[in-house]
Amino acid sequence: MDIDYQRCEFAYTPACARENARHPVVVVGAGPVGLATAIDLAQNGVPVVLLDDDNKLSHGSRAICFSKRTLEVFDRLGCGRRMAEKGVRWHVGRVFHRSDEVYHFDLLPEEGHQYPAFVNLQQYYVEGYLHERAQELPLLDLRWCSKVTGLVHHPDHVALSVATPEGSYTLDAQYVVAADGGKSTVRALMGLESHGRTFRDRFLIADVKMTADFPAERWFWFDPPFHPGQSVLLHRQPDNIWRIDFQLGWDADPVLEKTPERVIPRIRALLGEDARFELEWVSVYSFCCLRMDSFRHGRVLFAGDAAHGVSPFGARGANSGVQDADNLAWKLKLVVEGKAPQSLLDSYAREREAAADENILNSTRSTDFITPKSAVSRLFRDAVLQLAKEQPFARKLVNSGRLSTPTTYADSPLNTPDAERFAALRPGAPAPDAPLRNMGHDDWLLRHLGGGFTGLYFTGGAEDAEVLRQLDALAQEAIPVHTVVIGAGGFDDSAGLCAARYDATPGSFYLLRPDQHICARWRKVDLQAVRAALARACGKEAVQAQPELEHA
Amino acid sequence: MNARLNVEPNMADPDAFYELLVDSHQDLDDAQSGMLNAQLILLLANHIGDLGVLRQAFAIARANALTPGA
Repeated sequence: MDIDYQRCEFAYTPACARENARHPVVVVGAGPVGLATAIDLAQNGVPVVLLDDDNKLSHGSRAICFSKRTLEVFDRLGCGRRMAEKGVRWHVGRVFHRSDEVYHFDLLPEEGHQYPAFVNLQQYYVEGYLHERAQELPLLDLRWCSKVTGLVHHPDHVALSVATPEGSYTLDAQYVVAADGGKSTVRALMGLESHGRTFRDRFLIADVKMTADFPAERWFWFDPPFHPGQSVLLHRQPDNIWRIDFQLGWDADPVLEKTPERVIPRIRALLGEDARFELEWVSVYSFCCLRMDSFRHGRVLFAGDAAHGVSPFGARGANSGVQDADNLAWKLKLVVEGKAPQSLLDSYAREREAAADENILNSTRSTDFITPKSAVSRLFRDAVLQLAKEQPFARKLVNSGRLSTPTTYADSPLNTPDAERFAALRPGAPAPDAPLRNMGHDDWLLRHLGGGFTGLYFTGGAEDAEVLRQLDALAQEAIPVHTVVIGAGGFDDSAGLCAARYDATPGSFYLLRPDQHICARWRKVDLQAVRAALARACGKEAVQAQPELEHA
Repeated sequence: MNARLNVEPNMADPDAFYELLVDSHQDLDDAQSGMLNAQLILLLANHIGDLGVLRQAFAIARANALTPGA
């Protein structure tokens, strides 16, 4: 029996006399992004305080589509498999115009990945599983009913005023992660804003409980007979819950449209007059595509919806937020441990700002297709949909949402450019998964990468023994690199998929960041080059240009 | 090297093309003509394929559309 995470309430833990210490990191907001950041820090040895202003998890299903990359991050955090098991796996999307299918796409056309392209899973399960993982970590101090009401930025720390049921106290932190959502309190307290575009349209989300035989696919209708002139999206969630998202137009009354008298006829029009269902959750929303100009303001780092917002078409909100956490946690760890300069945190801002721009671009383009803002825009949209029925080229123009894929940090200063030619991937790209065999058992590559820096060595060269001895030395250094060996003496890649996905030859070596992104690679190991690439990936090259070392 | 939009004469029989263009709109109302034009743009743009070339064509047409008395 599943826990009803929507109805869980957590007790406020009195603060007692623990506030003399200066905490390395305080995370504000215990949603998916704040929980992921705090778990990543705590499981890697950094004590973290996580504040949340109420004492509940998500109410309503909210974000439901979690991407392969997000599941891979959750796997590293110790709860990916649970999410994948509970979630509804899907990889096919179908697009209909009026009554006809015009296009379908497959988001995972190849085999050999541990995680599916997407699972649909209510946000309350995601938060529930993350919360249970958080409770296993002694270094993670989660404080419910703790609302940030003030923030003073000092040269060497941030002082947060925290209001609780038993009064206020001051919490000092070396660094603050603001993961407190689209209406971020921290952002407001600092007088900062997000900028972007608001879309003049409203959408109705109706989550209904019913048994139905729609397949586990994403179905999107333009101008269907049951909801003329607008779009509709249907998604399956666990527990026989179905997400139906109706476009309503800007003139719709958001209060009236939430009433069962209005919602039920819309659902009956889709499902048929005699359909039996219960309403689980109803919400009317509009959205903006926007972001903060900078995700780093001194000792305060913004992540998730606090830093950026997108339309829901493309599942780029929660997924990009989790990837923010993935990017930020290891950098904070190195900085608070004094192993990397503060300027490494600027690379968080630059990399994730670029990711936000990519997400906003995709989201804006989808929204312009789904909700045309002028007569001529609508004409081209309808022309595309009509052509798409017969003409293959037009199917590529149909845009019902370009679904979240991880960002490649192509221009990151943390990358070491290739000195040799590789026909696959590039520095800055997330490491792809591959099936392996390990002592007679099936295994997956990504389970063994990340957390800290990881080397990926492909054996078969004449000098394997000597190279592996050298690589062992890297595991003993201040910022250790643990090497995963593929081939003789290590994981069995007899299917060859791992070597193929990395275009590896005997002796090839990849250096991977703690967030599993590639930062450098060579055809042959040169320890000096590896050390230089590691220093670069830790932001140490930037030190000379911009000295800004942590004083703590 | 970026391909350039060819604005020099490129049709063996320009008059036949123009006749085809006008005739294809025969007996259509404004909405149908608009749809025909939109689909033609999409079909021909895909045939050209090169976004750089298309940008040059779009820029000329837009500049002319914005010119008073056009």
